[in-house]
Amino acid sequence: MRNFDYQRAGDVAEATALHGNDHSADFIAGGTNLIDMVKLDIMRPQRLVDVNRLPLTDLESLDDGRLKIGALVTNTDLAYHERVLADYPVLSEALLSGASTQLRNVATTAGNVMQRTRCPYFRNPARPCNKREPGSGCGALEGINRNHAVLGTSEHCIAVHPSDMCVGMQALGATITVEGPGGTRDIPFEEYHLLPGDTPEREHDLNDGELITHVTLDAPIDGARGHYLKLRDRMSYEFALASCAAVVAMDGDAIREARIALGGVGTKPWRSHEAEAALSGQPATEETFEKAAEAAMAGAVAHRDNAFKIPLAKQAIVRALATVTAQG
Amino acid sequence: MTESIIGHRTTRIDGELKLTGKADYAADHNLPGQVYGYPVPSTIARGRLVGLDLDAARQAPGVIEIVHRGNFPALQHSDNNPACGSEGRLFHSPNTMAEQNKVGEARLPFEDDGIHYEGQYIAMVIADTFEHARAAARLVTARYEEETAVPGLFQTDDEGEEAGDEAVSRGDPEGAFESAPVKFDHTYTIAMETHVAMELHASNATWDGDRLTIYESTQGVVFQRNAMAQIFGIPPEKVTVIAHYIGSGFGSKLFMWPHAVITAVAAKMVGRPVKTVLSRQQNFCSAGNRPASRQRIRMAADRDGKLLSIRHDSQNETSFVDAYTESVGSGTPRVYACDNVSVSQRRVQVNHGTPTSMRAPGEVSGSVALEIAMDEMAIELGMDPLELRRRNFAERDPSADLPWSGNHLRECWDDASRRFGWEKRNPQIGSMRDGHEIIGWGMADATWEAMRSHCKARVELRADGKVQVACGTQDIGTGTYTIVAQTASELTGVPLERIEVKLGDSTLPAGPLSGGSMATATTLPAVAGATRDAIEQLKQLAIADGAPFEGKEADALTFENGTLSDGSQTLSFAELLDKLQRGMAEGEASAAPGEEQDKFSFRSFGAHFVEVRWDPGISRLRVSRVVSTIDVGRAINPLTARNQVEGAIVMGMGMGMFEETEYDSAGNIYNNNYADYIVPVHADIPDIEVELLDNPDYNFNEFGVRGIGEIGITGMAAAISNAVYHATGKRIRDMPIKIADLIASR
Ligand SMILES: Cc1cc2nc3c(=O)[nH]c(=O)nc-3n(C[C@H](O)[C@H](O)[C@H](O)COP(=O)(O)OP(=O)(O)OC[C@H]3O[C@@H](n4cnc5c(N)ncnc54)[C@H](O)[C@@H]3O)c2cc1C
Ligand code: SF4
Repeated sequence: MRNFDYQRAGDVAEATALHGNDHSADFIAGGTNLIDMVKLDIMRPQRLVDVNRLPLTDLESLDDGRLKIGALVTNTDLAYHERVLADYPVLSEALLSGASTQLRNVATTAGNVMQRTRCPYFRNPARPCNKREPGSGCGALEGINRNHAVLGTSEHCIAVHPSDMCVGMQALGATITVEGPGGTRDIPFEEYHLLPGDTPEREHDLNDGELITHVTLDAPIDGARGHYLKLRDRMSYEFALASCAAVVAMDGDAIREARIALGGVGTKPWRSHEAEAALSGQPATEETFEKAAEAAMAGAVAHRDNAFKIPLAKQAIVRALATVTAQG
Repeated sequence: MTESIIGHRTTRIDGELKLTGKADYAADHNLPGQVYGYPVPSTIARGRLVGLDLDAARQAPGVIEIVHRGNFPALQHSDNNPACGSEGRLFHSPNTMAEQNKVGEARLPFEDDGIHYEGQYIAMVIADTFEHARAAARLVTARYEEETAVPGLFQTDDEGEEAGDEAVSRGDPEGAFESAPVKFDHTYTIAMETHVAMELHASNATWDGDRLTIYESTQGVVFQRNAMAQIFGIPPEKVTVIAHYIGSGFGSKLFMWPHAVITAVAAKMVGRPVKTVLSRQQNFCSAGNRPASRQRIRMAADRDGKLLSIRHDSQNETSFVDAYTESVGSGTPRVYACDNVSVSQRRVQVNHGTPTSMRAPGEVSGSVALEIAMDEMAIELGMDPLELRRRNFAERDPSADLPWSGNHLRECWDDASRRFGWEKRNPQIGSMRDGHEIIGWGMADATWEAMRSHCKARVELRADGKVQVACGTQDIGTGTYTIVAQTASELTGVPLERIEVKLGDSTLPAGPLSGGSMATATTLPAVAGATRDAIEQLKQLAIADGAPFEGKEADALTFENGTLSDGSQTLSFAELLDKLQRGMAEGEASAAPGEEQDKFSFRSFGAHFVEVRWDPGISRLRVSRVVSTIDVGRAINPLTARNQVEGAIVMGMGMGMFEETEYDSAGNIYNNNYADYIVPVHADIPDIEVELLDNPDYNFNEFGVRGIGEIGITGMAAAISNAVYHATGKRIRDMPIKIADLIASR
């Protein structure tokens, strides 16, 4: 049997010390993703360091208007936090569109940032997968790839990043704080998740033994509204086929500033600066939204089964923008 | 008791046991000394197993034995071995229930070195704990000679083999088609589906000498007993199959699958009870599926909408190790009046696990094509789709030249269309709007044959004042315990709290499979007969020498509300038995279909009216309303009956919009779990307004019931597709309807 050691850390220093830079060790938070993968035999940790006792469960409003979120704040607590509801509704909506109530009650902020792709070839040890076993090939490229990414893909991996929360954060702008043997680092959210390129197994800018301690949201954009729209086959309990987080601040009838991030279509939580540029200073009309959608998806590459995601993502963008700019 | 409890909304008598976790499902049983089995599945779809390296697994902690081709005993085939020529049809020869046997897959485990589908068992590890067994199973390595798989019906040119006994022909369908003024020729497909019953398949087997006891999640304890007896070459009396509670099956648990045989062999080998619970992934591969089907319909009518010809030619997938026939066209010759009809069925071998019955097998698939075709014909004619159906109402069963015992389809149409508001439908495509959404209205008919088989039952009136009913059928979650209790309560006048029902044990008097919507119509007449017999036995005891009613005529005694009376003296049965110092009065009965089968055609009908909302701006399709009226004769328990229809409607939504077991071009399964195999969730389920007509069918049995588990799913996917056409102008003939099919219609 694949036994593993289990250790419980009381504070951050202890957690990183217990972990060390040993790549056969893993942190465990809510466990909703990790345990699943251990049972599927695709993650084989020799040591688990339980971080649930760490004092990282608080949300703190900083003086500069930012919101500092402890790594262990649950998805539920984050979604219903008063600052999030008031200043970052797009994040609340994104969180609540994900998984189920039961899962959100235990899933943590850092765990959600770190969750791995749902690509069925990745999740089946009998199939080739460059992400799981570098160099073994990509089962999805020639296989069934309806749920796979159209943005940011490489010839080595086309897996979609599954998170909804991260799409909300990507639109809002945020900083990830990590602490490890080498001290503390701040990483812009946008740079944290990595494109697959020819190293799909490397998913984050996180070194062995480093622990996420916080995610700090940028101060809300003055006067901005936000909306998260998630499109999928069924109404609940399914990952996105395409989703859009839109944050827009108006200046009269014109768009002063817009942030667009996409889920379900990218190999990482996808921020579209192209779409944002197409919106900035433009009137809030259907025509503008369509241009932004075209710009966002201009670089999209479809595979056999997922071509529909390109128009679908455009629709998500247009409708999210229409909704967010129509709000009273 | 004055008010009849039959026909009364009655909450499940086993509800509390289920809510408190006391209901014992197969995997809940833990036997002394028990060890655990964990199967090793093939990871390829087709080829030959040329090597199996068991060394690492043998040395793993806790491993007791590994069962595989090299040490598996020779066993006998069940009756549906295709080599014996039987096509193993399910419901149409049920007269010998107590002797029949059939398994889900004719090939015995490890019988040859061929790999016929992914997930086929190549070994089973037996270990002291589940975790040890699973871990060791992952250490088994196999060497294969891989061959190119046939990944599915839609990826092969193979026309398949004709299933001769499915062929129907009347009149001159070809000639009538050629000369008809309005006609079309369309092809429809339905993806493979998997039952995904909540409860996983599980077996727990133990031998006592040459006696086998097995706890199994099964829809047929008697069938499985017979199959086990035949396979192991022992008399059926030496096999006991127990399934007290079942977390549904939808057909996947009608016939035993290979894991049960391997588990029983393993228990014999290690001399201890062995428990095997299949993983969800394994449930997808080797425990049945609804095979994908392709259907060609050629339909013709005159300008008034009178159907002139229907030809319905279908293919279904089967495996390489059994010959499963999906009777896709079986409803087609019967539902509508049409003089020229032909039906054919072919089986195409693919590298999937063997298909099996899945809720309304055959007819539901056929109904998708036929009921979409009816809608297409209505469009061709510029006629309201309901009106087209009215014009083709079958006054008699056109396939059997028999009168219907009761065809209340017209009432169903009237009732459901009125409640739905069908007359307000604007036939113009895309004409009904609400904000971003386009509303589509569609309808389809539902139908399912009424079947009945043999059943025995035993009833005990007991000195403790309780009535115990025993029957070797089972309750798969539909409410059989409750309706059996209602029946005994009705006939004895004893309240439900004092009725005990024993089901799910093959040592009880032989009862039917829980399948084909026949359990109720089959079981209740036997329960009633046994109850009456028990009352008669009680009377005989009461009038015997020295008994309280000595010297009276049995007929002069009345039995009401649990008491026996001759007019002057009244005794409860408990008091009487107490006085007689007897534990019980026991009755038995056996019931079977009779000559009514030659006089009438028994079939249920209904109609679904569906509203969809299509938001073209975001390609979102939702079912927003379902109004259905169904006639199934009498509903013994309207609460659980309605529950069956509602559940079937939801499952029909799954068929129409979500469910698809996907295999990639290598023949490997892609979505073998609840996250990736999409079924409707609560948020998808709209208002469902079901009305059950109350037209007891006393020709069929004394209770007037025809069975209700399956009819609700028939027609549903077609009604959705028809509503989608009304909203979008897109005719979707391939189920399930996917976003990609609709997105361009913006
Ligand atoms: C059925 C199902 C449906 C789902 N649907 C959705 C959905 O629709 N949308 C969506 O967005 N998500 C969905 N999810 C995913 C869910 O959001 C994640 O499982 C969850 O957020 C993970 O959080 P956790 O705390 O349980 O992480 P864990 O499982 O504990 O950990 C996940 C990973 O994060 C690492 N980790 C944990 N904490 C830290 C830390 N502080 N620093 C560094 N690494 C850390 C772990 O080592 C592990 O690798 C679904 C999950 C399931 C099971
Ligand atoms: S898409 Fe990526 S995760 Fe999926 S099989 Fe290919 S390499 Fe693996």
